[in-house]
Amino acid sequence: MKSVSLLLVIGLAAAATAASSCGGNPPPAQPTPNADSAAAAAKARQDSIDAANAEAARRAAEDSARIARQREADSLAALSRGSEEVRATLAAMIHFDLDKSNIRGDDMGALDQKVAILQANPDLRIRVGGHCDERGSDEYNLALGNRRAQAAKQYLVSHGIDAGRIETQSWGEERPLVDGHDESAWSQNRRDEFEIISGGDNIHHP
Amino acid sequence: MTGTRAGGLAGGLAVVLLTASPPARLPAQDTNTIDRGVRIGIVYRPGVRPGMVMLPRKGLDSVRAMVVRDLDYSDRFEIITLPGGDSIRLATASPPPRGGGTTPRGGRTPTSSGSGTGGGAQSAIGSLNYPLYQALGADFALDITAAGDTTIATLHDIPAAGVRRAVRAQLPAPGSPDFRQAVHRMADQVLQAALGTSGIAATRVLFVKEGKVYLIDQDGAEMKLVSSTDRQAMSPAWAADGHHFAYMEFQAGKGWLYYQDMATGKRIPVSTTGTALDFTPAFSPDGQTMAFSRAIEEGTDLYTINIKNNCCLRRLTVGHFSDNLSPTFSPDGQRIAFVSTRPGLPQIYVMAADGTDQQLFAPFDYGVTGSSNAPEWSPDGQSVAFHRDVAGTLQVFVLDVRTRTVRQLTSVGRNEDPTWAPDSRHLAFVSDRSGYRQLWIIDLDTGRIRPLLQQSGARLPAWSPRLSEAPSTTP
Repeated sequence: MKSVSLLLVIGLAAAATAASSCGGNPPPAQPTPNADSAAAAAKARQDSIDAANAEAARRAAEDSARIARQREADSLAALSRGSEEVRATLAAMIHFDLDKSNIRGDDMGALDQKVAILQANPDLRIRVGGHCDERGSDEYNLALGNRRAQAAKQYLVSHGIDAGRIETQSWGEERPLVDGHDESAWSQNRRDEFEIISGGDNIHHP
Repeated sequence: MTGTRAGGLAGGLAVVLLTASPPARLPAQDTNTIDRGVRIGIVYRPGVRPGMVMLPRKGLDSVRAMVVRDLDYSDRFEIITLPGGDSIRLATASPPPRGGGTTPRGGRTPTSSGSGTGGGAQSAIGSLNYPLYQALGADFALDITAAGDTTIATLHDIPAAGVRRAVRAQLPAPGSPDFRQAVHRMADQVLQAALGTSGIAATRVLFVKEGKVYLIDQDGAEMKLVSSTDRQAMSPAWAADGHHFAYMEFQAGKGWLYYQDMATGKRIPVSTTGTALDFTPAFSPDGQTMAFSRAIEEGTDLYTINIKNNCCLRRLTVGHFSDNLSPTFSPDGQRIAFVSTRPGLPQIYVMAADGTDQQLFAPFDYGVTGSSNAPEWSPDGQSVAFHRDVAGTLQVFVLDVRTRTVRQLTSVGRNEDPTWAPDSRHLAFVSDRSGYRQLWIIDLDTGRIRPLLQQSGARLPAWSPRLSEAPSTTP
């Protein structure tokens, strides 16, 4: 709204400037009884017109600078808002069934979004961390967590992401997300986490 | 009618009570306050273990208490406690009749005017009242005395009415770092003298707690931290020499294996580690080879390296999208048992130490038997302990290597990660039977269970080989 009114002001000022300076449609010359006085009057009038023009130009320049600044700020904010969103989408965890490492159908959408983000940000490199719940064997869970991390990596690679951009890690059951000894906690702990290793400074929306 | 039946029942009970005797031996299990373990009846045969009496003395109380507890924890003796102190040992009254229910033990102390200890005790060596101890059910009596700076453990053979052996040791001062191990070694020598077999008193257990590796004596004393960083660690494993161990540490997204000197704490990364997730290290009995698991893109497989020269990586399994992990060497070094997911769920497999001849080891019913993990080959080679998922929780099993049959050892709570004592009859394991996960020790022969460490969160125990000398004495 503010920028609209500013534009309006600029438009009017520009129109006035154009009308006065181009001379294509001069105001009708008034009959003058005295050549000297007429010349003086004309000069004074011209001076005031010049002054008004200068003032208008100055304001226009100021306004356009302010608008440019505002636009830049607005777009930066939008960019950062988008970047937060993109990061959150990229970091969204996926989950697994008990003792399983296959990608669940309800997680494929989340992985597809990560594919799009990785495609839009070719410098981005990520690490996938596979995790397990506490029910299995401690050491076997390291192998299972590795499988879970690899499963996500395979999905991303099969959708066109270069394997060199994805590291994997297994934490077994060593880093539970939720403390607790029921299925609610276990189901949240059987997961892959995604973190940015590098190239995340200027992340773009897909 | 009813009265007759009741009388018959009472008579039957009386017979059971009598035949289960000597009942007075049973309280010998409860001679210490730590022992709150429960018995589960596996192959428990009451009364077949020789009775052992510790003779009371003035002085050396800590040595005596440790030795008697070690002998108790060996589960090879019925420890007999004397109610009347020295008075019984010094009593010269005529011995009571053998096997009678009138043995003077129920707090009844034979009258004895000469209850002096010092000189009388010395002169009593070799001239013990053997018939009395025999009547008490003792096969051995142990007398621990001091002569100058030498501690003497004199083992009396009661039926033979003589001294079996006198074990002499110059013990470090109580409180010095080597004191307890020296006393434990003395207890093992006594056991050796009595039964001709080796004990496990001078052994320790490595375990993980809150991501760090700790060491604890088998009697639950002297717990100390041995991992040297704040990084999360797992899977400690003893080298056969008892002076080194290996473990895994999470570091920069990888699993690193380290080989550490127990005495100095100096450690080196194992050759080629740090490139992937390496875990579950295990040493060959000759100390030349370390086997371990490595998780890479296509799955987890078993590898070996030469640990002496820290070189020469060799791959033993090629899983092709199955996992192979948790290796354990047979004591002859010829075979490796391990976990494989090739049947779908993890189960116990075995192969030659060079990776050939891979085959199923512990039988299972496809689709019925739960996951089986964490195998450890017993030092005598006859068994492999592991844990298996039974109805959603884990239980400890033992595989008989010769017959390839398995038996379930535990049933109370969740029980996992068994590790053999060097006597191949005790296992340390993790159990939540008390409400939280802690370390326990079970004796397979008697079924006796005792807590090793009453602290929550301890796991992944690894029992040492026999520690012939204190690790701190080696460079």
